[in-house]
Amino acid sequence: MKVVLENLTKIFPSRDKKSGKEVVAVNNFTFEIPDGKLIGLLGPSGCGKSTTLYMISGLQKPTSGKIFFGEDDVTELSTENRGIGLVFQNYALYPHMTVKQNILFPLQNLKGKDKLPKNEMLERAHHAAALVQIDELMERKPSELSGGQQQRVAIARALVKMPRVLLLDEPLSNLDARLRLQTREEIRRIQKETGITTVFVTHDQEEAMSISDLIVVMKLGVVQQIGQPQEVYDNPSNLFVAKFLGTPPINVFTGSVQNGKLYLGEEAVLDVPGVADQPVIVGIRPEGFELSNNGALTCGLNNVEVMGRDVSIVSTHAASVNPVVRSIINADNRIDTSSATVRYNLKPHKVFLFNSETEERIQFEVK
Amino acid sequence: MVDSKQHWKAWLYLAPAIVLLLIFTVWPIFNTVAMAFQNGYRSLGSIAQVEYSWGVENFQKVIEYSDFKICLQNTILLCVTTVPISTILALLIAVALNSIKPLQKILQTIFFLPYVTNSIAIGMVFAAMFNIVGLKPEGVPDTWGIINNVVMFFGGEPINWMNPGSSYVANMAVMIIYIVWNALPFKILILLGGLQSINKQYYDAAKVDGTPRRRVFTKITVPLLSPMLAYVIITGFIGGFKEYSSIIGIFGDKMGPADDAGRLNTMVGYIYSSMADSRQGLASAAALILFGIILVVTTINNQVIKKRVHY
Amino acid sequence: MANNQNMNVMQARDIQKISTGQKIGQFLVKAGTYLFLCIMALIVLFPFYWMIISSLKTLAEYRQAVPTFWPKQLMFENYATAFDTASLGTLFMNTLYVGVVSTLLSLVITVLSAFAFARLEFKGKNLLFGALMATMMLPGEMFTITNYITVTSLMEPWQMDIGGNIIEFAPMDIWGALIIPFLVSIFYIYLLRQNFMQIPNELYLAAKVDGTSDLKYLWKVMIPLSMPTLISITILKMMGAWNSYIWPNLITKSHKEYQLITNGLRNAFSDTSGQVNFPVQMAAVAIVSAPLFMVFLFLRKYIMSGVSRSGIKG
Repeated sequence: MKVVLENLTKIFPSRDKKSGKEVVAVNNFTFEIPDGKLIGLLGPSGCGKSTTLYMISGLQKPTSGKIFFGEDDVTELSTENRGIGLVFQNYALYPHMTVKQNILFPLQNLKGKDKLPKNEMLERAHHAAALVQIDELMERKPSELSGGQQQRVAIARALVKMPRVLLLDEPLSNLDARLRLQTREEIRRIQKETGITTVFVTHDQEEAMSISDLIVVMKLGVVQQIGQPQEVYDNPSNLFVAKFLGTPPINVFTGSVQNGKLYLGEEAVLDVPGVADQPVIVGIRPEGFELSNNGALTCGLNNVEVMGRDVSIVSTHAASVNPVVRSIINADNRIDTSSATVRYNLKPHKVFLFNSETEERIQFEVK
Repeated sequence: MVDSKQHWKAWLYLAPAIVLLLIFTVWPIFNTVAMAFQNGYRSLGSIAQVEYSWGVENFQKVIEYSDFKICLQNTILLCVTTVPISTILALLIAVALNSIKPLQKILQTIFFLPYVTNSIAIGMVFAAMFNIVGLKPEGVPDTWGIINNVVMFFGGEPINWMNPGSSYVANMAVMIIYIVWNALPFKILILLGGLQSINKQYYDAAKVDGTPRRRVFTKITVPLLSPMLAYVIITGFIGGFKEYSSIIGIFGDKMGPADDAGRLNTMVGYIYSSMADSRQGLASAAALILFGIILVVTTINNQVIKKRVHY
Repeated sequence: MANNQNMNVMQARDIQKISTGQKIGQFLVKAGTYLFLCIMALIVLFPFYWMIISSLKTLAEYRQAVPTFWPKQLMFENYATAFDTASLGTLFMNTLYVGVVSTLLSLVITVLSAFAFARLEFKGKNLLFGALMATMMLPGEMFTITNYITVTSLMEPWQMDIGGNIIEFAPMDIWGALIIPFLVSIFYIYLLRQNFMQIPNELYLAAKVDGTSDLKYLWKVMIPLSMPTLISITILKMMGAWNSYIWPNLITKSHKEYQLITNGLRNAFSDTSGQVNFPVQMAAVAIVSAPLFMVFLFLRKYIMSGVSRSGIKG
């Protein structure tokens, strides 16, 4: 089932009556979610990602715009008739019911021609439980389960009625780091197995990048970029997206372009053919640096952090927006830690230029 | 951290409370039990150095006494009617209040209003509303009273609720209506507080699953509210067994209509009238019986609730 | 599970139908909810309304076969008559006196005890506290019976033989009999102790380091931080004095001039059925109820939070 969002907008009336200012939570969001894909809605808190999810679920009504499931316009349809499964951030498992009762609950709501015989309900509950590997825990109460197990029960409960679309609100935020890694692969596996179009919301870029087919980066209600994770990472459309994706984060400098060359301070560090002379914001991914004794970029060397396979060099540069410049290079490189400076050459495809006013990307040809 | 000075300091701070508690709380427990087990005990006799024999005669007398049976019957009847009625009504009102936004605050205040009243004073208002002025054996009285006016407006026959000649059922109906009215605010307050502390996500989850309203109520709201419901029911029963002043409010200290005083007497009423007759032995025995009943009912309630309260 | 999508495909017309059906359903439920609440609110309010309009009617109008819902002639004199008939002035003063004195003394005792239980360490603390809590389970009538005997004997002049010396004790007066037995409330001690225990102990230790005395610490830190609870206790205690009936009725049986408001009211208008002058009686009830409503209007927050924690009346 593909899901189409058409000019979706949500405006909340102001909570502060005096100022009377409305809050535009989601602004004119248009996007087609292809059938059977896993989509990550990504952005900092307050970017409208959860609101978007809740509008798809029907728990919140859009101020304007339309939502289609396949060819059906479901904008006016209430939640229960949309055929969605929703996993809440805190799971919202009913504390007074066992795992089995929780999973059976949505099926017992079915009425009329959809009503299922009891044994089929049980069978489907067991099927869903088996899918998320909790069939051992069916008689337990939620309070007797770990966070990860509760998460699985919540997913089983969402899946048991065979939803057309599965929605997950910050599915991993309540889990510890190790479980998070494990569970996100689990979600990926379940999504692949069921083939249900799945949308999940997260503020953690790593999480979104690692399992999504497509990610949607949002900021203050406005979609910044949509694409495959690697494509968005390699080709951010603006400074916000570039800064939001990647750990360690991208290094940001103020620089300028003169005669097709990019200057950071006094040094010409890279050829950027086809870019008009102008001041620019420069983003350089940590992996975009190459050590070189006669490199174009000279930084003051602070220290070197060894991380096993790689080393991270912490240095300083006058044009850097952040206090330090962080680069990641292969540990095979020898670094003279007694030196006061370190010199780099830059990998052109890891360097992004942005308009200093609009912060939009300025493309240049990479030779 | 404990320094030895703290010991005597603590007892110094506690001294006023402890002295008063010894006299007015601890001593009464022993003395009341002792009086209950001294056959025919009267404090006046005790002052005159009369020796009373030990035994359970007081308890036997209390139980055999026909007035006591009436009191017990009235008390139990009032309990088993008012507690369920007021709990269900309060639950419905609390759920309804919780589901609305506009007017919620003002309605909540209105529903709390009966709590801050004097149960005797407002009992007198209820008495006025049910009272028939100028009731004659034959013919039409001056006024049937506002409640009968309402009954007649809906096509019913006027009822003699509480005047001389009224029936026991009518008297009890008046008491039940008044006690329920009086019991609602506390129950609504507690249940609404409980409802508001239920995580809203459970309702969103139920909505996503298309749960019908009735099922949300029975399968989610009531189970999640069960600790509060249990609390309200237990305190309701305890209060019910101690019903007294609401009857004073409506019927006065005759505890019944003018032509049948004592008809609506309760356990507590019996205790006080025995006391007023200076028959402290009987009063103490009755108080212990009341305590026993409350203990049993609370234990049964707890047992039932343990099975039903879900978490 | 991948093949489920066919069963969920809906026609546009179905969707339209479902969504309008739902809107109507939702509207009906909302309307029903408000209707139910408004009817219940009217039932709850009606006795108050009836009290007020009845108190303003003439006796003749009150006795009309067809009831009037607004008095034709406002009889404010009823209030003056009621005030005199029941000597409400004296009753007010008596009740105010008992209320204020017992509240003040009770607060002092409660604060000191709660402080000892919350902050000080002494042998048997938990045992003592547990025993006190256990007495809350007993019905109050068990205490009343003995306390009445105790108080009546204390109200006689009495003497005690201490080592051969006969010491005369002054008899307790009626005010004392009304106030003293109820000065200690274990429940309030419990409530305040819980509140005190939430205040971090480090504050107490810091005060000790600075050489602050216990009482000063109590006065400057604990009491200001526990104000809401203390206000709740004050209100409930005052309301208790206002509403108390059984005990003052016993004590003042032969001393009518010491009656408190509720038994004064009840005894002055002992008839509640028949040919009573109901307008005057309702005026008296309105006068007695008014202060409670005032307190409620201004201090709603404290009352409601106090009640929801305590579950006791007055």
